[in-house]
Amino acid sequence: MPEEFANTKQSPGQGDADPAGTIVAYNDVSISFDLKPVLEDISFRVQHGETRIILGPAGCGKSVLMKLANGLLRPDSGTIEVFGQEITTMPEKDLFNLRARIGMVFQESALFDSLSVEDNVAYRLHEDGVPEEEAHRRVVEALRFVELEQAIAKFPSELSGGMRRRVSIARAIISSPDLILYDSPTGGLDPITSTTIIELVVKQRDVSHTTSLLITHRLQDAFTLARNRFNPATGRMELIPNDGVDDSTKFLVLNEGKVVFDGTTEALVHSTDPWLKEYIS
Amino acid sequence: MPFVSPEEFAKEKVAAVQDYALLSWHAVSNIFSRPRYWPDIFTQMDSIGFGSLPIVVLTGFFTGCVLALQSATSLQEFGAISMTGNLVALSMVKELGPVLTGLMISGRNASGMASELGSMKVTEQIDAMRALGTDPIRKLVTPRLYATVFMLFFLTIVADAVGIAGGALVSVTLLGLNASSYFHNSYRALVYGDVVQGLTKPLFSGFIIATVGCYFGLKTKGGTQGVGRSTTQAVVVSSVFIIIVDFIVSRAMIGIFGR
Repeated sequence: MPEEFANTKQSPGQGDADPAGTIVAYNDVSISFDLKPVLEDISFRVQHGETRIILGPAGCGKSVLMKLANGLLRPDSGTIEVFGQEITTMPEKDLFNLRARIGMVFQESALFDSLSVEDNVAYRLHEDGVPEEEAHRRVVEALRFVELEQAIAKFPSELSGGMRRRVSIARAIISSPDLILYDSPTGGLDPITSTTIIELVVKQRDVSHTTSLLITHRLQDAFTLARNRFNPATGRMELIPNDGVDDSTKFLVLNEGKVVFDGTTEALVHSTDPWLKEYIS
Repeated sequence: MPFVSPEEFAKEKVAAVQDYALLSWHAVSNIFSRPRYWPDIFTQMDSIGFGSLPIVVLTGFFTGCVLALQSATSLQEFGAISMTGNLVALSMVKELGPVLTGLMISGRNASGMASELGSMKVTEQIDAMRALGTDPIRKLVTPRLYATVFMLFFLTIVADAVGIAGGALVSVTLLGLNASSYFHNSYRALVYGDVVQGLTKPLFSGFIIATVGCYFGLKTKGGTQGVGRSTTQAVVVSSVFIIIVDFIVSRAMIGIFGR
């Protein structure tokens, strides 16, 4: 296990989070595009160390919800707090500092296509003026974490979709962020590659205990994440015994821009809501 | 194209002007605070300045050639063919050098900026940059703006010089004029105000090319088709702006220097 990521349990965001340990809080958030409401009165909280899986049909506003979390979009009404700071009215200049503590994996990877894998992963380190030698060492560690060390000199156009997603994860975790936002990290990938990506998310969750929000429209991926744990001895993901679920993994289900479920895996599975039952069946 | 109410149309245009003004202000003012991306500025200088040298030299040279050729016909009627150097130098330095260089650089670089930034926008690379804590205006627009303004100034000087040289070639080889007399007349024709006028224009053109190119790039929507649309708009708008601003600067300079 790369030391860089194995030792990142430095209480992410603890110093700035509110006393209850809330890392992300949405309070009655609404946003519209071209007068069409996309999200309406969204309220939920993500606690320190929690992995929140955001589910919902295509076009229900999941990606918009994610982009609101690090200020890439601003809501029309309501407030969003991240690490205890209100970000909806925060100037863009201050948001850049806040975003240094947030890692984001984009739906289509969003790698800089004119930069090599090494420069993509080291982007934030270069911006922070980290010496080249140290940056290289940390890039190698991050790529080892996603098992893609051999691709360090390649360019994004030379990588497959799954490899790009893994590079994107390496780029997001290289600075040991306090919050990671995964925007459909398995979208458009085949089931085997999807499982590889989910395994990396599980590994990051169980090794670093980083608070994270993960969007997926694949229920299979969501439940794989909830029912598996990372085994450091084997270096692989395994099922939690006795049909157990990971306590830190919770669900938020959206439909037509509204929250239809906010709770644990158990509560989701045993929900009596007809739409929810049909959706997860 | 869907019908838009006049109110919506007006709001859209006002919002666009506001966005453009804010982008321009941030692009200019970013150089006065850290971080500054000097390597990006030098890379853009190389790409915009040195990369555009061939088209600027060719355009300037042949413009000078054709100017000498065409003006000689009229000047001959007045027995003033020896004034060809005078006419070529004044035309190149005051008007054709700055405007044609601006238009050529607009065609090459405003389109390049709009398509590059537009592609980054539609593939979420701009959002990724913001998510990674980097201001895209500081990283992408400011280097392009300062590089374009700086390099266009020198490219215009190059265009003026090769234009006068092209005029000389035609005057000597085709019109049978004396080279020494041509250059002497060219030199005598130009006064301080003419040179100031000719070198003020590229500063405005450079600003227009970079800000318009980057503005349309960053406003790109709608995938690859949107990138194409932004590129076309960037070239059209920047070219029209260059010609309009050329007129305004000319009038202002005539007011100041009296010619």
